Amino acid sequence: MTATPIAPFDGFGLGLRTPHYQDFLTSTVPVDFVEVISENFMIDGGRPRHILDQIRERHPVALHGVSMSIGSADGLDRAYLDRLKTLIDHVDPLFVSDHLCWTRIAGFNAHDLLPLPYTDEALDLVCANILQAQDMLERPMLIENPSTYLQFTADSMTEWQFLDAMCARTGCGLLLDVNNIHVSAINHGFDPITYLDGVPADRVRQIHLAGHSQGRDCLIDTHDQPVPPPVWALYAEACRRVGPVATMIERDDDIPPLADLLAELDMARAIATMDRRQAA
Amino acid sequence: MSLAAMQRDFARWLTDRSGTMTAWVDGAAHVGLDVYHNAYRVRLADCLHEMFEKTALWLGDEAFMAAARAHIDSSPPHGWTLGVYGDGFDRTLARLYPDDREVEELAWLDHALARTFEGRDADPVSADMLAGVDWDDAGLIFVPTLSIGQATTNAGAIWSALAAQEQPPAAAMLTQPSALLVWRQSFTPCFRTIETVEADILADAVAGASFGALCASLIDRLGEETGVAAAGALLGQWIGEGLIADIRHVGSNRIATPFMQ
Repeated sequence: MTATPIAPFDGFGLGLRTPHYQDFLTSTVPVDFVEVISENFMIDGGRPRHILDQIRERHPVALHGVSMSIGSADGLDRAYLDRLKTLIDHVDPLFVSDHLCWTRIAGFNAHDLLPLPYTDEALDLVCANILQAQDMLERPMLIENPSTYLQFTADSMTEWQFLDAMCARTGCGLLLDVNNIHVSAINHGFDPITYLDGVPADRVRQIHLAGHSQGRDCLIDTHDQPVPPPVWALYAEACRRVGPVATMIERDDDIPPLADLLAELDMARAIATMDRRQAA
Repeated sequence: MSLAAMQRDFARWLTDRSGTMTAWVDGAAHVGLDVYHNAYRVRLADCLHEMFEKTALWLGDEAFMAAARAHIDSSPPHGWTLGVYGDGFDRTLARLYPDDREVEELAWLDHALARTFEGRDADPVSADMLAGVDWDDAGLIFVPTLSIGQATTNAGAIWSALAAQEQPPAAAMLTQPSALLVWRQSFTPCFRTIETVEADILADAVAGASFGALCASLIDRLGEETGVAAAGALLGQWIGEGLIADIRHVGSNRIATPFMQ
């Protein structure tokens, strides 16, 4: 199957997290969409699915996965994809995304977004896996750039070159995580603007904004902080290049009151709107 | 480079920092390898701590984390969901605490309740569905979230006290081996400790015995009058607790397969 282009959507959303379920169920939250972690709802039943159904009646939902392991040398997990397809059919999501990474090999599952070497072998494998996933899911995917803490001696291309080739060969879209670009740029010493100039802007359908922490020797993508100034600045640069696309605040730990995240979302709106005015 | 070989080496690095992963990265990247190794262990330990909350309260954080580390060393994760990583942690605890059976049973209960939370939905039968049932040949279909575990200690009472933030009782062996019954009522996980007779009858019912066969079994054990009364009481309690999802004609069979997990 050749992936059909993903329809543009330029709303502003939040990651739906447990502490905010009641806010979303009992009030009108000013977001254009919510994003959920797919695996949390790829379950047989119970309260989480019931809550998702109620929220789906109020907001478009994006499904964001962490366990597809699109870069696994073992190939894809058919049972996993079947479960994801069932959820997709139920939710009719705005986007279906996962990460440029691997999590599983030889029956072992790391439950972490592990880095790939940027080589022709890895590119061939990732493209084959994306094409297979898109066939099984009957829709194009968005693939998110990872934050990484090491580089491989075998790397033969940059991450942005890898993403560009991956999109061209598979028809997938990009979920551009601006915080991840910042984290990796600091950790590996590349220019984040060069990265933004290198990714195919017309393939970006969604942007993630998040915070990070300073580790002992490198930045860590912890998602436990507000979006910091350097990431806001990079977001403004990204908006200039990709135009109006969906933007989301991604907070996974030390989750603050919903109002704090909505204030961050207002900031994203202001930056994106300023860029759109300037473009007009 | 072989991607598969690198990924196998990376997996070994994550689990015990052995193997030849360092050969795939330059010297400066060793810092990054440590980040991934630490994140792997912290994530699994956090998963166990969240899933086995009452067990952690009972043992104390230091002892619990030592047990979690032992489990992480011996049981690398295999499923795509962390929801199944707790499978077998009760057996790890049984190995670590052979003289404290309540620890294993408390962990089994924590795990069963957590798994029940996201189990398959099923509407329980209501009282108005009971009219006209031929009870002799009726089979009871239980809700899919039902699970039954062994109880030799007062782990159930300890769990309840910890959940209520009350002082838990001292660990004690039950006078008779019994069972822990776990299920979900609507969206709320529930449990209760059940006595041997109910555990045996429930195991038969789950295995497909007709209600008539269950009555006969109870009469054998308790006598005619008490047995019939007990059968009615158990049926009423199971229906009231939302344990029964359907009642079907099965014939007058009797199956007595043990149903302990």
